[in-house]
Amino acid sequence: MKAWCACVLVSAVSVVVGAQDWNRAGLPDSAVNAPKTNAAPAPRRDVSGIWDAGGAGIAGPGHESAPWTDWAKQKAGSYKPGNGPRAVYEADINDPLSTVCDPAGFPRLVMYETRPFQIVQTPNQVLVLYMFEKRWRVIWTDGRPLPKNPDPRWYGYSVGRWEDDYTFVVNTIGTDERTWLDNSGNPHSSELKVEERYHRVNHDLMELTVTLDDPKAYTRPWTPRNKMPLTLAPATFDMMEMICSPTEVMDFRKNISDRTNKK
Amino acid sequence: MKARCFGAVFIFFCVVVTGASVAAHHGTASFDTSKDLTLKGTVTDWIWANPHCFLKFDAMDETGTVRNWAVEVSNPTDMTKRGWARSSFKVGDVVTVNLQPVKNGAPIGRLRNVVLPDGSTLSAMGPAPAAAAPVQ
Repeated sequence: MKAWCACVLVSAVSVVVGAQDWNRAGLPDSAVNAPKTNAAPAPRRDVSGIWDAGGAGIAGPGHESAPWTDWAKQKAGSYKPGNGPRAVYEADINDPLSTVCDPAGFPRLVMYETRPFQIVQTPNQVLVLYMFEKRWRVIWTDGRPLPKNPDPRWYGYSVGRWEDDYTFVVNTIGTDERTWLDNSGNPHSSELKVEERYHRVNHDLMELTVTLDDPKAYTRPWTPRNKMPLTLAPATFDMMEMICSPTEVMDFRKNISDRTNKK
Repeated sequence: MKARCFGAVFIFFCVVVTGASVAAHHGTASFDTSKDLTLKGTVTDWIWANPHCFLKFDAMDETGTVRNWAVEVSNPTDMTKRGWARSSFKVGDVVTVNLQPVKNGAPIGRLRNVVLPDGSTLSAMGPAPAAAAPVQ
């Protein structure tokens, strides 16, 4: 019986894994949501691997934010989002990400379309390679402080440290306030400070918490991602491309979006 | 032992093989969510691209007019999880498309599901098929 069981399991593994070596779109939701009761313990000071938040990572409708300041109201007054309480017709959306392929930027990359991503640890950096946009970030772990008054960058400046053996904390500043935070058009200023907490619960499960502190735009800090579960994907997982191509977007707008306007 | 083994195999298939999907970049403001159209037509183009894939087809409406429809689905990543592929359609395929049109009357919409020439159905909304075929 043991042999039969092993045979079936090996066959199942070889059929599925062998058939899915290329162009993996993400783990099925059933894998992401499965209880991780039998997982091995978390390795010490190790967040490497390919991680998938499933549908929760996408967050298409956007996030319920802390109250906006007057600055934020003015800043986002011209934003016409495709989702959330201020959603407009598809023809009228002016989200710079979906209409002209501007970078998602940071922290939108962990607020929206947080599709599978791979974390690579080197002696002095943690690299995050995102399927969405096929983009990467560098998180410095060599002890350097964050820069003083940096020029803005689409993806900011990030440093990371181990708070304990299973919690990696990343602090980011210097983001570009042209980017939106999410699909509902929540704005941010260049004074935004972001904290990401990657807590490895066990070998197969990690939790991501993202806190935003931007007193110029919000009346208090807020936490759009609160212990969002991330599931470890198989090492053979080959991420698809998911790139915003201006050529493709113009074609989509011509054929679909621009023809959905109000009469 | 047999039961435990079956359980392990079952859980494995539940965890690794089944799938679901989601939509992303815009909401439903443009669409008439109360309408449901089913049109038989001939494929004129199939665009496998971001932010959304879309199918174009010629179909005759209830007034006898042939119009070229363009109906969107989600992006290649989501559609792959549902078993769709760049090769799902070719020009000239006769298909039956169930869709949700836009409010303004243009031949634009969101595809719900489509019956292919071989009689099989591809679904674009709702729970994903239990075992969407992987793309090689």
